[in-house]
Amino acid sequence: MMRHLISAADLTRDDAVLILDTAEEMARVADRPIKKLPTLRGRTICNLFFEDSTRTRISFEAAEKRLSADVINFAAKGSSVSKGESLKDTAQTLEAMGVDAVVIRHGASGAPYRLATSGWIDAPVVNAGDGTHQHPTQALLDAFTMRRRLVGRDEGLGKDLNGRRITLVGDVLHSRVARSNVDLLHTLGAEVTLVAPPTLVPVGVETWPCEISYDLDSVLPKSDAVMMLRVQRERMNAAFFPTEREYSRRYGLDGDRMAKMPEHAIVMHPGPMVRGMEITAEVADSDRCTVIEQVANGVSIRMAVLYLLLGGNDSAATAPSTTRTEESK
Amino acid sequence: MSKILIRGAQVLGGEAQDVLIDGETIVATARQGEIDGSGTGLSAEGATVIEAEGQILLPGLVDLHTHLREPGREDSETVLTGTRAAASGGYTAVFAMANTHPVADTAGVVEQVWRLGKESGYCDVQPIGAVTVGLEGKKLAELGAMNDSAAGVTVFSDDGKCVDDAVIMRRALEYVKAFGGVVAQHAQEPRLTEGAQMNEGIVSAELGLGGWPAVAEESIIARDVLLAEHVGSRVHICHLSTAGSVEIVRWAKSRGIDVTAEVTPHHLLLTDELVRSYNPVYKVNPPLRTEKDVLALREALADGTIDIVATDHAPHPHEDKDCEWAAAAMGMVGLETALSVVQQTMVETGLLDWAGVADRMSFAPARIGRATGHGRPVSAGEPANLTLVDPAYRGVVDPAGFASRSRNTPYEGRELPGRVTHTILRGRATVVDGKLA
Ligand SMILES: [Zn+2]
Repeated sequence: MMRHLISAADLTRDDAVLILDTAEEMARVADRPIKKLPTLRGRTICNLFFEDSTRTRISFEAAEKRLSADVINFAAKGSSVSKGESLKDTAQTLEAMGVDAVVIRHGASGAPYRLATSGWIDAPVVNAGDGTHQHPTQALLDAFTMRRRLVGRDEGLGKDLNGRRITLVGDVLHSRVARSNVDLLHTLGAEVTLVAPPTLVPVGVETWPCEISYDLDSVLPKSDAVMMLRVQRERMNAAFFPTEREYSRRYGLDGDRMAKMPEHAIVMHPGPMVRGMEITAEVADSDRCTVIEQVANGVSIRMAVLYLLLGGNDSAATAPSTTRTEESK
Repeated sequence: MSKILIRGAQVLGGEAQDVLIDGETIVATARQGEIDGSGTGLSAEGATVIEAEGQILLPGLVDLHTHLREPGREDSETVLTGTRAAASGGYTAVFAMANTHPVADTAGVVEQVWRLGKESGYCDVQPIGAVTVGLEGKKLAELGAMNDSAAGVTVFSDDGKCVDDAVIMRRALEYVKAFGGVVAQHAQEPRLTEGAQMNEGIVSAELGLGGWPAVAEESIIARDVLLAEHVGSRVHICHLSTAGSVEIVRWAKSRGIDVTAEVTPHHLLLTDELVRSYNPVYKVNPPLRTEKDVLALREALADGTIDIVATDHAPHPHEDKDCEWAAAAMGMVGLETALSVVQQTMVETGLLDWAGVADRMSFAPARIGRATGHGRPVSAGEPANLTLVDPAYRGVVDPAGFASRSRNTPYEGRELPGRVTHTILRGRATVVDGKLA
């Protein structure tokens, strides 16, 4: 494993499979009466959030606590680009306080990379989402969810997603989830297709290891998983598409469209969902939709990542079993 | 006044000659050895002798695009530190951009900058006046009053911002015809570059940084050359960065439109691949482009489509760059490394000889900016504004040694060729043996 987790593109196939396998081990902890491992006891992890994301922060926090780490939550207010709010100053404060790892969420692309490479700080850095760049733990939890559903929970161990056909639909241009997923799914052997209106496909996408389509209906029948990306309503003003209604007609997923997917195919969404525009309630509430599982899997994946970055190089199987000395229940 | 004898320098890279300076003027140039002897009747007695064998003698360099930051951002640069940096880089005249605080949009501010330049003694400072009040793009600044002032402003620019309103641009182009001025455009269509942080392309798509499309620059250049043609005025395009911009300027010139253009040293050398480091030292406006653009710019500078090299020297204090990419200020310092980068990218590639360098970095910028006294031939009777370069020198760039107040160079740790050994401003050495005098 590498020292930091900044981009899904940095993961080799074996790294990624190790994380997925470790996450399966971690998931078993959640099934136990005492959901806690002593693995990171005495280690301090800081969740450094320059951008609000309660869901991601809570997911990391749950993962950290299940590994018995001490947790510092640091929320920096204000815009990422306003002067006076210095990433460097904050990093150096944390360094002085002796944190063992930093989980960083930042509105500016590249901020975690800068934190990891600028010499401001020594601790491992985990990217919890930066601007429109990367969100590697999201991609890992998505891949984990796909492997469980499409390959199997136990059958999946040691395996990748070779040959699976994955479709990502929506605002690719502004999506760190899309970037991370394309990189990781390709590494894991999947065939990825991005579907979006041309205005929401970045210029320069031609070097990405995936197909591009503007036509959702033609892609659905050959998809093993369809991941809907969030479309931010404020994009409307920048003329990326004419109306919400037109967007949802062409790129929204409803029951009729879901029926075009193969029987076994799943519907994914990184959340929070905008019901109606990008996904109808019928689809969101169907048992093919994995949104709730994705949330649960997120904790297992983050446990696995923190364990591997901080704990050691072994599989979690050799980690000490649950302890009763910590809070019971 | 003192005498200086420069012995055996290759004038404009040509023949080795002796050049005798007396007071503020070149009094003689002659084949090597003749001035010391009796052939010319001119005595070198009492002269400080500079042994310059193997060195290139150029007319003092002229930068049409410098940010000196005074008034307002003296923590980045002052007229004094900026002119010291200019002298170190071989410049004897710089044009100071108008985006100061307050903006140089009145006779008062331009005269202040001009006077500070005079007092510095290192380099002539020719202020550029803003085109519009406060660089806001809405109302013409007092262009005539700035021209009438002691500073005698001839170049007008809202640089840092584009004059994007077509009517304002048209009026400015028309108005400056009255006194032979020129409008220097920072070509950047503002709507197409909202949120832009780097060149739009493969690298921006991967890094998730807002893309700055080439067409945002090219569309403004296309519009402005057509406006200049329509009103019969001349227009200067700042810092071309794309292959498409070159094509438009080439077309405009072939059509007889009075357009001139500049390129920065960094756009001749660096590409957007460097942004993968997320190191804000590479964050600049216009952004670093692709290899294809770099090669087109070099070729255009060589064939004269691009008239001049201008530094766009943009000093920023350390804390404005030692941060995440999005928060960082745009710009890089350039005065002290410009000639070395031009040597590497143009001379050592065989695209331009030293006479060509003299043209692109002295004669032509002086002509475009109407800087009388600079960009003159190296011959008797001309003002002694000169730069002596040792082209064989090789060294690693160490910003700790910069005369500029700021250190935001993209070349730290990079080996660049060439060194300015002497700079002479009206007969007085401002740089001696590579050190400020
Ligand atoms: Zn500019």
